[in-house]
Amino acid sequence: MTASSPTTPLLAIRGLRAAYGKIEALKGVDLEVGAGEIVALIGANGAGKSTLMMTVFGRPRARAGRIEYDGQDITGVPTHEIARLRIAQSPEGRRIFPRMSVAENLQMGADATDSSDADRASGLERIFTLFPRLKERMTQRGGTLSGGEQQMLAIGRALMSRPRLLMLDEPSLGLAPLIARQIFDAIRTLNRQDGLTVLIVEQNANHALKLAHRGYVMVNGLITLSGTGSELLQRPEIRAAYLEGGRRG
Amino acid sequence: MQTSRAPGVAFIFKKALISALVALVLFSLMIGVRTEAGSDGQLTYWTRFGDLAMMVATVFGGSIVVELLRQWWGPVGTVRVVPPQVTSALSFAGRLVAPVLLIFTFLVPVIFYNERYILDLGILVLTYVMLGWGLNVVVGLAGLLDLGYVAFYAVGAYSYALLATNFGLSFWICLPLAGILAAFWGVLLGFPVLRLRGDYLAIVTLAFGEIIRLVLLNWQSLTGGPNGVTGIPRPTMFGIPLSPGDDGLAAKLGIEFSPTHRIVFLFYLILALALLTNWVTIRLRRLPIGRAWEALREDEVACRALGINTTTTKLTAFATGAMFGGLAGAFFATRQGFISPESFTFHESALVLAIVVLGGMGSQLGVALAALAMIGGFELFRGLDQYRMLVFGMAMVLLMIWRPRGLIGHRAPTVFLERNQAISSDLVKEGHG
Repeated sequence: MTASSPTTPLLAIRGLRAAYGKIEALKGVDLEVGAGEIVALIGANGAGKSTLMMTVFGRPRARAGRIEYDGQDITGVPTHEIARLRIAQSPEGRRIFPRMSVAENLQMGADATDSSDADRASGLERIFTLFPRLKERMTQRGGTLSGGEQQMLAIGRALMSRPRLLMLDEPSLGLAPLIARQIFDAIRTLNRQDGLTVLIVEQNANHALKLAHRGYVMVNGLITLSGTGSELLQRPEIRAAYLEGGRRG
Repeated sequence: MQTSRAPGVAFIFKKALISALVALVLFSLMIGVRTEAGSDGQLTYWTRFGDLAMMVATVFGGSIVVELLRQWWGPVGTVRVVPPQVTSALSFAGRLVAPVLLIFTFLVPVIFYNERYILDLGILVLTYVMLGWGLNVVVGLAGLLDLGYVAFYAVGAYSYALLATNFGLSFWICLPLAGILAAFWGVLLGFPVLRLRGDYLAIVTLAFGEIIRLVLLNWQSLTGGPNGVTGIPRPTMFGIPLSPGDDGLAAKLGIEFSPTHRIVFLFYLILALALLTNWVTIRLRRLPIGRAWEALREDEVACRALGINTTTTKLTAFATGAMFGGLAGAFFATRQGFISPESFTFHESALVLAIVVLGGMGSQLGVALAALAMIGGFELFRGLDQYRMLVFGMAMVLLMIWRPRGLIGHRAPTVFLERNQAISSDLVKEGHG
């Protein structure tokens, strides 16, 4: 798969600004995600990565700029209607429903998008082939799952709405390396076999850039670098800031 | 199994013996020997070894019972003395509780036909069961802590009272109107508190309950102020009054009139209303809106990310809960024949909330059992007027220590794939995810 920027991006963000009160979190972000691409957004804590994802979902509201999805302006669309446009989000910290069963958690993903029973069944089938462990846990409560299983559930729940664009916020957060790799493998499978477009926000730059076709680096609410995943991995400033920096410290 | 059970039994007996010994030492002087000043001021004493022996035996037996209960509900992995057959038999009996309770409730007016007191108590308990189930939608399912639920009860009661006394509308027309008006007030309360959760929400709802009560108290021209509304019409059997006259139900059926007919009618009326509440709640739980309520309780941010409109979800929860409160209020008004703001104090809100929390938030059976225990228990201990609040306070504290998630702590799942399986609260304690 080539990593060139496609002509009609599925998600196009232009000059996006957003703020929490007086603190400006996004200071004019430009970003594109082409259909069928995996795009990684990396950056340090507080760079505005999660805010960018949340702003696409309308919370916080964009102060300036445009968010286009499939050629349509969705900047002012209310949060709950975004999911009906087949954009799914797995928010930071997984945020599954702890007292509801795994089956109910998955059903919640399908509820808002008026999916038929057949869609639901095929969606479940897909999720079970990706994450067989969820099938064993169907009747268990979400809160009793391990961290890795909860992440699988959060992704599964997002997939139940049959999205075209899946936005993942730090899917490897707090997971053992082996489990994190399983999650990344599943994302790769989804992209290759189902043609799912993925925007992934990660601190784990190494993993994310290896997985992604293209990547963006965000610093203090601005995109400072972009390029293909392998290009970015080779850049000395990336290596220093996000890859080797951790090792030295 | 045998080897693991033996130390458990020995341990329990040892513990009971020690407790009995301590009781013996303590009570030997306190109970065993009774002293009193005699007629000339000299000390007289006599022994009461029989009482002492009984006391020690009670402590011994009680200690065994407490220890057994503790192991039962104790954490997973404690040595279980109760054999598994008994446990499984009990869990089977547990599944029968709801149907047996329902059948018994249906038969109460038949069994206790001549006991007016029990019928009245039954009506009272059922009213609180209905209020508990109504509040359960807001607090138990949607997780919105509402301390002002009595406001909707009051709205329902005054709606019926004022519509019936001023416009002569019948109970059966006013009942849905009372429900609709209460739901409307539920939405009205819902709007300003949309952004609030937890403590802040609790305070605003508490204030809302007080506002309604104070308005009722001070709007003399409409509500009669502290004098309340009197002469509220009794309910009719769809137009046929339950009165001794010629057009009364008894005369129409050709049976002798008895004032008990009205009580029995009221009993079945509130039973029907409560069951309606229960049925609607159970149905809603299985629909996307009910699941959305529960998801909202768990995580609001995740709900939004999944495309759930949290505004309408919250408002429908408030409206549904308020509607049931309003229906119960209309029933209360027609049963009492007289209402005043005194009936709608914060005490009522707290009582209904206690029923929901003690019953196990979100559990229909738990709420019913808690209402029975709270209201029935209250009446049972009426003779011990000065101690009953003490006893209830202690019972609540103990229950919250042993069953921190209420009497019935597990929630039944609403989505089934292969088989229906309840998730026991033994395995999944809150906060141990």
